[in-house]
Amino acid sequence: MKSLLAAFLALPAFLAAQGVDANMLLKPLGDAWPVYSGDYSGRRYSSLTQLNQSNVKNLTLAWVGRVAANAGAGGRGGNTIVGGEGTGEVVAGGGNTIKGAVLQVNGVLYVATPDNAWAIDARDGHELWHYFWKTRGATHIGNRGMGIYGNWLFVETPDNYLVSLDARTGKERWHKTIANFEEQYFSTTAPIVVGNHVLVGTGNDLDEPGVLQSFDPESGAVQWKFYSVPMQAGDPALSSWKNLDAARHGGGQMWVPGSYDPDTHLYIVGTGNPSPAYTSVSRGEGDNLYTCSIIAINVDTGKLVWHYQTSPHDTHDSDSAQTPVLVDGTFNGRPRKMVVTASRNGYYFTLDRLTGEHLVTSKYSDSVNWAKGLDANGAPKRDPAKDFDIGGALVSPANSGITNWQPPAYSPDTGLFYVPQNDNYAMYYLTETDPRGAMGLGGKEETSVGSAGSYLTAIDPKTGKIAWRHRYPGNGGSPNGLLTTAGKLLFGGDLGGNIVAYDPANGKILWHSHIGQVSNAPETYMLDGHQYLLVASGDTLFAFTLY
Amino acid sequence: MMRKTEIAVLATLAGIALTANFEIPAQAQGRGGGNKQAAPATGAPAPFVAYPPRPAADPAKVARGKEIYTVNCAFCHGEDARGGDVGPNIIRSQILLNDKDGELLSPVLESGRPAQGMPNFKFTAAQTSDLSAFIHTFRVAGYDVTRNRPATIVVGDAKAGEAYFKSACAGCHSVTGDLKGIGSRNSDPRGLQQRWLMPTAGGRGGAGQAAPTTVTVTMANGQKIEGRLGRIDDFVVTVLDADGLSQTIRRNGDIPKVEIHDPIQGHRDLMPKYTDKNIHDVTAYLVTVK
Repeated sequence: MKSLLAAFLALPAFLAAQGVDANMLLKPLGDAWPVYSGDYSGRRYSSLTQLNQSNVKNLTLAWVGRVAANAGAGGRGGNTIVGGEGTGEVVAGGGNTIKGAVLQVNGVLYVATPDNAWAIDARDGHELWHYFWKTRGATHIGNRGMGIYGNWLFVETPDNYLVSLDARTGKERWHKTIANFEEQYFSTTAPIVVGNHVLVGTGNDLDEPGVLQSFDPESGAVQWKFYSVPMQAGDPALSSWKNLDAARHGGGQMWVPGSYDPDTHLYIVGTGNPSPAYTSVSRGEGDNLYTCSIIAINVDTGKLVWHYQTSPHDTHDSDSAQTPVLVDGTFNGRPRKMVVTASRNGYYFTLDRLTGEHLVTSKYSDSVNWAKGLDANGAPKRDPAKDFDIGGALVSPANSGITNWQPPAYSPDTGLFYVPQNDNYAMYYLTETDPRGAMGLGGKEETSVGSAGSYLTAIDPKTGKIAWRHRYPGNGGSPNGLLTTAGKLLFGGDLGGNIVAYDPANGKILWHSHIGQVSNAPETYMLDGHQYLLVASGDTLFAFTLY
Repeated sequence: MMRKTEIAVLATLAGIALTANFEIPAQAQGRGGGNKQAAPATGAPAPFVAYPPRPAADPAKVARGKEIYTVNCAFCHGEDARGGDVGPNIIRSQILLNDKDGELLSPVLESGRPAQGMPNFKFTAAQTSDLSAFIHTFRVAGYDVTRNRPATIVVGDAKAGEAYFKSACAGCHSVTGDLKGIGSRNSDPRGLQQRWLMPTAGGRGGAGQAAPTTVTVTMANGQKIEGRLGRIDDFVVTVLDADGLSQTIRRNGDIPKVEIHDPIQGHRDLMPKYTDKNIHDVTAYLVTVK
């Protein structure tokens, strides 16, 4: 009662009625899905148990809903509201695929794809409103979803605007610049709301610095900016770069949401590749901090608290951008607050999340060959012979990584961490003849030579060892993200177009439905006394429930 | 866009299923894709360009800017503005990326960068504008099809390649049999290399075109269904008969028994075993097989 009262006193009046308040965001994942990973932990572990191993075979389709993109898409019962800085003449390609989190708050789903946002009725899938952003351009590769605070939604556009919408109507409140279009940034990630901070990352494939910003949810003013590479002389990380100019063009984009630890006020997020990505001569010989790292930032100050680099001096675009997962448990016999990640580079890591202390490294992929052994910090040591070759270097992983943005999951019931895995290979050909190297992702061409297998893999964070692995039939492909629940279920899309329920203890298959290639990580929520499973395939949402 | 097309073609050649899943590699690989698009042809509907090149400036203005650049800037920043021994790459500099007509360049030139050893320059506003126009003619992209490339990817030792071929490949392949004239049939050594590494069923002529993957399904009653593998997941397997007619059979764990015969399993098994030198040598050998 006391805490409830405190919460009411602390919050502005507008929050009281309907929207998302700060306390809702601090709850473990249950009835609602109010933030990218469902809750701040990144575990994608739902406390809901109505749906469980005993009844999952009865899970049935509740509704199917398709989202129609672009201006004039109306006709589905909703209104299209048009915003944007573009002329409306540029229509981006790339399809209208849901590749991110869908928020569920008070019976309404909030869905985004590049340049588009929708409110959908969670009871039957019909559109309530649609917002369309007229783009200036930029890379339209995907959108990871929206953030919500009170009745205000936040979504990033590919051409680098943070747009705030009224969740009830879809009307725009304001939009603010995240990064300069002229510097070839593009913004795909889901804003994460923490207290009165809206944490916003971006992306870039030229040679521009990675930046995470905190916006004020009311005014859209920037509260702080954190650069993942040194931007000023005197930065302690500068010695890991050839010089300041190299650092200031060094990449390290935070293009996938992180996790948040309310006890320490640390936002723990992964950073992307150093830039130029492949021909690294202009970066010097050093580690290129804080690229390809898990970093902890104090949300109140925007300052770095600790870092752990998963790929020192990366030369394969092996972003450490997978959402880090917060795990509480015992390690070597004593309680530890940990953070775990299975990296795109094929290595798994357990860290202490208070200090960044390295606890475990393991190679979870059988095919990975870009590194030789581990350094004193437990990070893989790059083998320069596997950077690339004029005649081609056979490297695993291929550029897409052993895993990528597809969200992993962790179950405290089994104590296992689950990751979608693809043991892929590619030939990396050096194409740049200029000794100064290329810019951005240039200088090499990469040609696939297929996969040695794709898996749903369960890893024990205490040891880094694989507890079990389910091999998908066929010759590879990248499976999508995962969800696990207190009903002792593990959900994920396979490579054959099925949404599948597994036993998280051993990978045994319990239920499936063929809906087409699953394009995001499944989610679950409670509505009208029924537990739902929600998953996207392309532009279509599928909601399953028990009757 | 070009990047994605390239991936699609090569992925098809490599026999990778092109499903919606294909977007996932593109999440990484395609991130700079728009950079590679050519400017749209006049009159044609404009394709989507992620970061459109700047509109062409007056050639006379660009020529004046080039002269200023060559005399004053190239010594440190390189003739192509990608940086020299002393000065940094300025194509990617935040100042020049945001500069439109010299307005952001001007203060830097006026004050110089004494700490970094850059002197100041006293240009008129018109000269700075010309200089800006010239620097903006350089392509701002990681990928640039106009860059010089290595003349060939053939870097191996053909003799060593022949020896390796005899030890690792000759069990299944022969340069007088299935691979006869393979070097003549493939004018692109890189394509040849990719395809001997991972051939695929139904690929276009030439190196190592593999027989299709087949499957034997043994039903609970002992009946065997055999044919080409259509698709397989944990729940169904589709078998194609000689006429291409398909039969899809429900799977429930190990029932029915499904045995896949992948004719290029040998190639898959070699993936972790090759050294890059082995690969280069075999390619150097195969291009000589006329």
